Amino acid sequence: MDRRDSLKSIILGSVAGSLIIHGCKPGTETPETSTSAASDEHYFGRTPEELELIDKLNAEQFFNEHEMETITVLCNLILPPNEKGGIEEAGVPEFIEFMAKDIPQLQTTFRGGLMWLDHKSNTEFGTEFKVTAEAQQKQILDEIAFYDHKIPISEQPLEIQFFALMRDHTLTGYYTSKIGIEDLGYKGNTPNVWDGVPQDVLDQHGVAYDEEWLAKCVDQSKRGVIAEWDDDGNLLT
Amino acid sequence: MQIKESTTIYDAIIVGSGAGGGMSTKILADAGLKVAVVEAGPYFDPADPEQRTQLKWPYESPRRGAGTTRVFGEWDMAYGGFEIEGQPYTQKDGTKFEWFRSQMLGGRTNHWGRISLRFGPDDFKRKDIDGLGENWPISYDDVKPYYDKLDKLIGVFGTKENLPNDPDGFFLPPPKPRLHELFYIKGARKSNMPVIPGRLSMLTKKINNDRGVCFYCGQCGRSCQVYADFSSGSCLIFPAQKNGGQIDLYVNAMVREVTTDAEGKATGVSYVNREDRKEYKLKGKVVILAASACSSARILLNSKSAQHPNGLGNSSDLVGRYLHDSTGSSRAGFIPDLMNRKTSYNEDGVGGMHVYTPWWLDNKNLDFPRGYHIEVWGGMGMPNYGFGFNANEFNRFFGLPTGGYGDSLRADVKKYYGSVIGFGGRGESIAQRDNYCEIDPTTVDEFGIPVLRFHYKWTDYERLQAKHMQETFEELIHNMGGEVLGDTPTKEQDYGLHNPGNIIHEVGTTRMGDNPRTSVTNKYQQLHDCDNVFITDAGPFTSQADKNCTWTILALSWRASEYIVDQLKQQNI
Repeated sequence: MDRRDSLKSIILGSVAGSLIIHGCKPGTETPETSTSAASDEHYFGRTPEELELIDKLNAEQFFNEHEMETITVLCNLILPPNEKGGIEEAGVPEFIEFMAKDIPQLQTTFRGGLMWLDHKSNTEFGTEFKVTAEAQQKQILDEIAFYDHKIPISEQPLEIQFFALMRDHTLTGYYTSKIGIEDLGYKGNTPNVWDGVPQDVLDQHGVAYDEEWLAKCVDQSKRGVIAEWDDDGNLLT
Repeated sequence: MQIKESTTIYDAIIVGSGAGGGMSTKILADAGLKVAVVEAGPYFDPADPEQRTQLKWPYESPRRGAGTTRVFGEWDMAYGGFEIEGQPYTQKDGTKFEWFRSQMLGGRTNHWGRISLRFGPDDFKRKDIDGLGENWPISYDDVKPYYDKLDKLIGVFGTKENLPNDPDGFFLPPPKPRLHELFYIKGARKSNMPVIPGRLSMLTKKINNDRGVCFYCGQCGRSCQVYADFSSGSCLIFPAQKNGGQIDLYVNAMVREVTTDAEGKATGVSYVNREDRKEYKLKGKVVILAASACSSARILLNSKSAQHPNGLGNSSDLVGRYLHDSTGSSRAGFIPDLMNRKTSYNEDGVGGMHVYTPWWLDNKNLDFPRGYHIEVWGGMGMPNYGFGFNANEFNRFFGLPTGGYGDSLRADVKKYYGSVIGFGGRGESIAQRDNYCEIDPTTVDEFGIPVLRFHYKWTDYERLQAKHMQETFEELIHNMGGEVLGDTPTKEQDYGLHNPGNIIHEVGTTRMGDNPRTSVTNKYQQLHDCDNVFITDAGPFTSQADKNCTWTILALSWRASEYIVDQLKQQNI
């Protein structure tokens, strides 16, 4: 049964009889292993209220055009593109725009920091940061890109806080993108059968499995066989 | 406004559809009884593509997984959190109780950690051992048959270890340890601490033809679309429906109170339909509250009548009292030997720890009562919002500068990926009469229902336990050749002890006992004051072990539900 039909029947707060839900759940068609598990591209599991919030935030514009251009230039300096691509393909500037609206506490540091960059660049080089020569841009960044790890970031000067926030969001935006995940090499988020750490990895890190422990672990060739036990809890299958 | 009354008289009305309510639903419906399940949130099925978050990538969301609307990140499958708009709760005397609610079919079972530990024989009789708290009116032997049936019905992996207070069960085989877990095993053994395979309710092997087998995405917190982990909907309520059960499901229905007649017997419940914001009544022979320990206490306290002037079941004045959560304290370490990892393989594993340390010490040599177990996390997880923050912070351990920009950041991210290991201690607190929730006389929620106000103070028993956890975690990290992250929490910081409620194991608000003056329910979770009302959530826990509470909620709910079926058949209630 289509969920929309079943939802119509489940008049919220009124009776939804068991029959209504019968058609909606997997019975014997449930895959024996799991390879049919799939991600549906049209949804990402938001509730109606959550979708409304996203639509509302998307309809707003926080950074102006100049600020967005400056963000793009700055993010490219923080993480220059490589053969996989860069922050623009990863959608980092748009992500930063969204997060500034999603977490409003970030707004002043972002926006104030961008103003600081232009002020600094105007003062020292007579141009806005985004059009200053790369060598001069880096000269500015060199002053604010390193932080003292012994002092809480919130107690450091605004420009250092700003740069740390930009670096954090550049990296998180990049590594949560499709190309960033590929660049990182993360292999998960896909149906598979875990059967332990590969030998070359064990060797690299100088650890080994004990045989006694392994003997207790799942025999993946029998994962599809229904479990049965004797009366003492020993697995028979 | 006229309250709309339904003419159906149910055999039982079950309030809440989480672990306790789901089990009651299954046992009663399988016995042929006609039941109503009343759930505060919407319908939810993890197999529904519109609701599903499992296998989503961070880039499918504009916020890349940030926890703006869901406190454990936006893929977490709990509709609710520590704060719910329009449904406040308040605090008394500087209390900082954190109350997590998940309002949806299946409740918190859709996102929980699936750590499924049996309470041991000692856990039911702690007062006999250390003189603190209260004994349960039942023993391990009373619950063991239900734990056994539960293992077979729902499935839990683990191993036979013959530990006296961590009983074995009917286990599915566990997954092999991941790399960081091998480091943990080595580190713990150096300090003579035991490490055993985790015990989690995920299907590493087929258990029946209705549920799939784990495909190792590590995302049980998102609720499994092939039903390979335990959630109340997918493992209890849906199968009961499929089995032909007479189950009427009322969703988005916020229960206000249990209604009673002139004799003081329960007649049903009244609820607010969240969609039309009108009040409705349901009638039943039995009312089973399973709305969660605090929500059920709230319903009882709000159910005042001439026969029950202090709230239903509250002649002892104990409803809401003896509220207790697990203790919790956490720490993480950077392990240089886990640097420069190969990313050639997928190590997501199951959505939780493949290994853990059960409580291993004797309190005779310690300055606190009761114990804790250690949960372990780490590995090369999927990036989400927050990944790459302070990317080269660990440079400080090598005397290198922190921060910077350019290509070196890319190298730093890869170098440190998967090099952190973290620990959570989860321990037993002592239930105290003065830790409670009560009705706040000045505040209502958006449905006009009076809300809870909390009063909860930790004692030195819990603080000293947290101190011991921190010392243990630091020792473990050093054993692994690692660097402890963050400063050691001080006495003023309660040694890193989390606020009460934060571990989300709150229990005890309607505790069971043989004496109606010192307990709210009897050993079948039946109100002493009203024999057709039962509580099958964690409210009746007399004490809570250092074991996570869900497996025991399920076992006890099964036991109480069988008793209800029996009593209904005998026409005793």
